[in-house]
Amino acid sequence: MQNDNIEKHDMGMNNEAESSIEENFRVISPGRMVAKRFFKSKLSVAGLLMIIFVFLFSFIGPVIVNHTWGYQETQVFKIERISDMVSTADFIAADGRTYTYYDKSQTVVVFKAPPSSEHWLGTDTSGFDILTRLMYGGRISLAISFIVIILETIIGIIFGGLAGYFGKWVDQLIMRVVDTFACLPSIPILLVLSAAISSIESIPAEHRIYYLMASLTLMGWTGVARIVRGQILMLREQEYMMAAETTGISPLNKIFRHLVPNTMPQLIVSATLGLGGVILYESTLSYLGLGVPFPRAAWGSMIALADPSRGQEILANYPNMWVPAGILIVVTVLGFSFIGDGLRDAFDPRMKR
Amino acid sequence: MGMMKIFKRKKIQGIDDTHYLTLKEEIRISKENNKIIRQFERRKARRNVDESEYLTQMRDPSNVVEFDELHTYFYTEVGTVKAVNGVSFDIPEGKIIGVVGESGCGKSVTSLSLMQLVQAPQGQIVSGSIRYKASDGKCYDVTKMPTSEMLKIRGKDIAMIFQEPMTSLNPVFRIGEQMDEVVLLHDSSATPESARKRSIEMLNLVGIAMADKVYSSYPHELSGGMRQRVMIAMALSCDPRLIIADEPTTALDVTIQAQILDLLRSVMNRINGSIMLITHDLGVIAEMADEVVVMYAGRIIEKGSVREIFHNPRHPYTIGLMKSKPGKATQGERLYSIKGQVPNPINMPDHCYFYNRCDHRMEICSKAYPEMLQFSPTHFSSCYLYDENKVGDTKNVKESE
Amino acid sequence: MWRYVIKRVLLALLILLGVSALIYLLSMLMPADYIDNQTSAALANGSMTQDDVNRLKELYGLADKSFGGIIKSYYSWLISTLSGDLGFSFLYGKPVTEVISDYVWLSFLIALISFVLQTVIAIPMGIKAAVRQYGVYDYTVSVFAMIGTALPSFFLSALLMNVLSIKLGLFPLQGLTSATIVFAKDAHLEIFLDKAWHLVLPITVLTVLGVGGTMRFTRTNMLEVLNSDYIRTARAKGLSENTVVYKHAFRNTMIPLITSLSGMLPGLFGGAMITETVFAIPGIGYMALRATQQGDIPFIMGYNMFLAILTVSGMLISDLMYMVVDPRVKLS
Repeated sequence: MQNDNIEKHDMGMNNEAESSIEENFRVISPGRMVAKRFFKSKLSVAGLLMIIFVFLFSFIGPVIVNHTWGYQETQVFKIERISDMVSTADFIAADGRTYTYYDKSQTVVVFKAPPSSEHWLGTDTSGFDILTRLMYGGRISLAISFIVIILETIIGIIFGGLAGYFGKWVDQLIMRVVDTFACLPSIPILLVLSAAISSIESIPAEHRIYYLMASLTLMGWTGVARIVRGQILMLREQEYMMAAETTGISPLNKIFRHLVPNTMPQLIVSATLGLGGVILYESTLSYLGLGVPFPRAAWGSMIALADPSRGQEILANYPNMWVPAGILIVVTVLGFSFIGDGLRDAFDPRMKR
Repeated sequence: MGMMKIFKRKKIQGIDDTHYLTLKEEIRISKENNKIIRQFERRKARRNVDESEYLTQMRDPSNVVEFDELHTYFYTEVGTVKAVNGVSFDIPEGKIIGVVGESGCGKSVTSLSLMQLVQAPQGQIVSGSIRYKASDGKCYDVTKMPTSEMLKIRGKDIAMIFQEPMTSLNPVFRIGEQMDEVVLLHDSSATPESARKRSIEMLNLVGIAMADKVYSSYPHELSGGMRQRVMIAMALSCDPRLIIADEPTTALDVTIQAQILDLLRSVMNRINGSIMLITHDLGVIAEMADEVVVMYAGRIIEKGSVREIFHNPRHPYTIGLMKSKPGKATQGERLYSIKGQVPNPINMPDHCYFYNRCDHRMEICSKAYPEMLQFSPTHFSSCYLYDENKVGDTKNVKESE
Repeated sequence: MWRYVIKRVLLALLILLGVSALIYLLSMLMPADYIDNQTSAALANGSMTQDDVNRLKELYGLADKSFGGIIKSYYSWLISTLSGDLGFSFLYGKPVTEVISDYVWLSFLIALISFVLQTVIAIPMGIKAAVRQYGVYDYTVSVFAMIGTALPSFFLSALLMNVLSIKLGLFPLQGLTSATIVFAKDAHLEIFLDKAWHLVLPITVLTVLGVGGTMRFTRTNMLEVLNSDYIRTARAKGLSENTVVYKHAFRNTMIPLITSLSGMLPGLFGGAMITETVFAIPGIGYMALRATQQGDIPFIMGYNMFLAILTVSGMLISDLMYMVVDPRVKLS
């Protein structure tokens, strides 16, 4: 009887203890924790807003512009206006003194229209509407960067996963290939690749963009492979992998269903930070005329209009043609880095004191 | 680990969600925290503070340190953690005081408060006082001292030995450099040569053979036990009046533990200093301490001499601790463990913190927090079980079940 | 220790071999008529013969595109590269090694100055930001550093040119020397100052772009060190916060910093393609970009090999530096 009593009493205690745990400990899913930590940082929220803005601008913007004004990416607007052309020259006259010669003439220009209510940012040297082209440029930049990052991640996961899981000579072989690719000088090689692609006549201009993506992927996959390999080497030693092993699942299943998902936080962070990097590479190539081919719009090639070796006129007098594109690049890259940093802190709060 | 999950706020059925803090609440908390923290930090950073502001009187001149109603809080993102919640005890001169309790009970934070080394900016001493008697007879309130003044006490009068000898020494400085630094800092008459002599003398004192060689080694070249000896030597080099030893043997090999403890005791006897020994190991306490303070969830629940605590424990928690000591159990018997868990440090209940786990709980225990009761000149405990005024008029919960 | 060094060197050589193969493969992407186009002028004026052209095609694997042919021509190219012969540039009419050694020093000078400036600016900023983590200073500096890394070099260059050169007239727009000023032959100081004046903007651009990375690297490492146990020990000794940060924490932060910065040193010889081109500074980067746009295969391959050697030696240096600066590695 007495024993019975004690048992009853014990059970009562347990129930109480359990309910007290529920009372005292907040049950929050890991995803929610990450989201909360992410949204608590002002920089992450700022980055998210910046990226949302760029996305709306690039993907919804063209729709609105088409709908209201009917503008297209490569539509030429000829807006006639009279422009004063003043040229000066110094010369030494017969009396030995220096004179300045002014020549003022008026010409009719149809391109390079200044900002107006029809063309908020004016038109460029080819008569294209700058605002519209900024939107299409963003569309192609974002599309390229996302596709490249996804491809890089897939290739990186496959090679890093194999290297990390199998170890030994597989690891050695894959990692030496990774080292080799990582030691290639990226911008010069990208230039060579793009130059080669644009010189091959059998490749139609509109397909060049795919080759561009392929070459960007080729230069970037090694980072992902290293991350995945490192993580897997670490995770392999964890107890739960031992547990998985005792159930006798196949190696491939083990790598891609148990190990790779655990590298996701790191991969998401590196992919987010990588997006900005791809945008910078793409715009550099476009700036040099080796990226998105004309007449398609690209932010880089819009800034190239200001290249002083083509004359100072646009650099000095038409900031409306190149400054917005530059600002958009900075906003996009910065937005991705803010988000990436915020995600890293949110996933791994150890660095936060 | 899909991204979608992060943005979906799904209510999981059956799980109590009332304690979930929304983003807005958390932002409000961190804003409030920042405000409070800034005030505390500003006070600590003041310079040229008049001495009278932190001079005070000891209650008992035979004490080195007196903790009086110390409250040290951590202002975290999810709320205020009252790590030390009204702690009072004395450290008499030449005595070894053991502080026991499970991890997270606030014993380390208490000692760090004495050094003003609580992890700032989140951790702050909120109220109460820590009186410290210097060798010249002056008495300071550490909680009110600005950091610049505190620097003169740290390492000189009060030295500290940490739990992890492997990581507590700077890996890029030689042992000698790290030891000389303390001497040169606190002894204005010291020269590099005299500091070196002193350091080697200290290394010899803590039983390191080939002190010269150790003097010029890097920490990674020494074993854990050796490093802990170095830490002790470093702590001793300015003849401290008090050494705080925070779990000094926990990370060490069992065979080394006893050696280190013996060393610590013999050395302190020689210079007639006190030790505040923090540990969760009751064996260490029994062997070393003169008096014991038992902490639970940021409060002292019992204190007394070693004999009183070990032979006549009063508080149910202390009784449980004694019972759960391995070696007490006879063969075949299960090792005793105290059921349940420490309450969440945020939103501590108003009643006794041990209430949920206590075998002897009564109705009154869910009311106000019990006061300290005195059993002998040195033995105190806070539990209603022994409160004659209140036991009579309340029914034991256990009986009513 | 020597075994480790030898192992690293061998590994570096292996990587270089791989890189050379990849670069060689790249050149094969160039269509065969590329060389014909490029050499037509030289053929016409008689500076090259058809034999020379055929030899070139062979050397760059454009003549025989069968597998055996590629391997054979790669082998002969590798042998001549190993003997220090990087080929003959069509565009510059000189051996590639000569072009590199002529133009690399200006690039190195620019890169070195901006590297020193970057380091001097970034390290103290990173330390201060870490000490005041989540303070106003930390946020401000971090945001500016990130803007610096988000700026494309050509856009920053254009902005600086627009404001500082054109609007304010403070600095020359492009080039290395002023075309309008005639200097006396012995006016070395004036010529030097004139050149220095032209280099201010490119150096500024490179510095702004580089500060962010070093600053954030310093900050991250410093934060890690500041949270470690031995920093708490240092505080418990009674050391002032300045000594704790600038003596104890800094010495630990220096280990990764020195390793990574020393690894960047060889790269300073590589030239800044875009910035040099925008400012028309005749450095190696400018020459390389022109060569790439003109399809000067020998120069492209030679230059890329040169860059790969720089990268690999950077890796090697930073590995070896780690052994030198970290006492924990030295003896084990």
